[in-house]
Amino acid sequence: MRKNKKRFDTAMKYSLLFAALASILIVLMIGFFTFREALPAFRDIGLGKLLTESVWRPGQGQYGILAMIIGSGLVTAGAVILGVPLALGCAIFLSEIARPNLRAIVKPCIELLAGIPSVVYGLFGMVIIVPIVRGIDVPGNTGFGLLSASIVLAVMILPTITSVAEHAIRSVPKEFREGSLAMGATKWETIQKVIIPGARSGIISAIVLGLGRALGETIAMIMVIGNSVIIPATSTGNPLSIFLSRARTLTGNIAVEINYATGLHESALFATGVILFVLIMIVNSSARYLMSRGSLGKNC
Amino acid sequence: MTKEGVMKTIDYSLYYGDFKALNGITVNIPINRITAIIGPSGCGKSSLIRSFNRMNDLMSNSRTEGTILVDGEDIYSQDVVRLRKKVGMVFQRPNPFPKSIFANVAYGPRIHGIRDKSKLAAIVENSIRDAALWDEVKDDLGKSAFSLSGGQQQRLCIARALAVEPEVILMDEPASALDPVATLKIEELMEKLKRKYTIVIVTHNMQQAARVSDFTAFLLTDSERAGNLIEFGPTIEMFTNPVDNRTEDYISGRFG
Repeated sequence: MRKNKKRFDTAMKYSLLFAALASILIVLMIGFFTFREALPAFRDIGLGKLLTESVWRPGQGQYGILAMIIGSGLVTAGAVILGVPLALGCAIFLSEIARPNLRAIVKPCIELLAGIPSVVYGLFGMVIIVPIVRGIDVPGNTGFGLLSASIVLAVMILPTITSVAEHAIRSVPKEFREGSLAMGATKWETIQKVIIPGARSGIISAIVLGLGRALGETIAMIMVIGNSVIIPATSTGNPLSIFLSRARTLTGNIAVEINYATGLHESALFATGVILFVLIMIVNSSARYLMSRGSLGKNC
Repeated sequence: MTKEGVMKTIDYSLYYGDFKALNGITVNIPINRITAIIGPSGCGKSSLIRSFNRMNDLMSNSRTEGTILVDGEDIYSQDVVRLRKKVGMVFQRPNPFPKSIFANVAYGPRIHGIRDKSKLAAIVENSIRDAALWDEVKDDLGKSAFSLSGGQQQRLCIARALAVEPEVILMDEPASALDPVATLKIEELMEKLKRKYTIVIVTHNMQQAARVSDFTAFLLTDSERAGNLIEFGPTIEMFTNPVDNRTEDYISGRFG
């Protein structure tokens, strides 16, 4: 009897180990095959040309993805600028200010946002956001472009950032809160000076998770960003008008063209995927570095 | 015998929802003395001490009856920020903020509007000195407060409370999470602090109450589990010649 139990334990241990290994294996395999398909592009075009050339004309053998890198970068930056303050506001409201019954209404609403398929966000963007943005009176503005895409993306990353940041804020020990209030600090001073610094690493990881989601978003971006392979540029003297420019994201580039691409063109799209992969890895590991360094706030 | 109290409660009752936690407490906390609140677990010691600086307000379902006066003024008719500046608190578990040692002590003065760097530095040094911690941390003020031992953290929390120049310091079982040596240091410190401050301490440790306090309040729950003040008086008299049988039973270890 006892022997059987022991055997069962061992079996469980190895099957769980197998499950853990499987996930590592899958990541390695995705990395390996994407890279293998991308190899001809890296060999024949070269990483330098891929990254620095701004012209993407597969028909004429020109494969520069700089425009897409800038497109992805700008739309992500725009989404973070618009989305992070909103999401952190939501998180602070839910964790520190809302009474339980209000929280019970607001929180499921925000979580519901996470469940909406991204193609629906794209539709929402096309029907609501794009026409509004089109109203901005600037020559060449069609409404499709970085601004519309940033707004849609900001809404899409809202639930991720809100729920992770809210969790981080709620796990700040209540002793900090009481200690601060007992010193005669107001609620807002306590939030600003003790709770947010205490939740800093969690808030950073929330933002990075949102960033990763933003970089990877594909279909909703294709629907509102205009998809022109151009380096976004200002159309008036105002530097902000760069956000009215059309653009294309790295993800969009792959999704739009992969169905008919062959040969070196196809390989160049896989190379785009590899670059995206590396980019997200850099973002995640730099966040991990920031988090490990700053959790105790040296000089705050 | 009893000096005019800096704090007093008059027929004070506290409820959490329908539950009555404290029942009609009337007590006079003498100025510049250490007053210990003792009693078995669940008798309302912490609820009482947390009433003086309105920390019970944080519980959304709490409700009070009767009056608590601080400096002769009803605590509910004065600004809570001003009240808590006057009535500081040290908690059961050391709770320094995740900031540097300096920033922890400077926290209170800063939120109360002191910006001047040299002034802040002076306040921080004096407070840490008064908390008998200066020699141990003077070279490490920029280090995280979490690098200190538990006993040092608790003295840092005392320094943090002193930095806003309170009149009263409430201590809710300040040594219960500390080892005997660190506890002794806190007790010696309290003895020193009572020259300048009025101290109220909650403790479940009767030897500690006997060692450090000048006055003792003994709380016990009644049949409805509400805390009642059974006896209040000079600690020596209470421990040698208690008036109430229940006090004698508790002190001599017959229950609790």
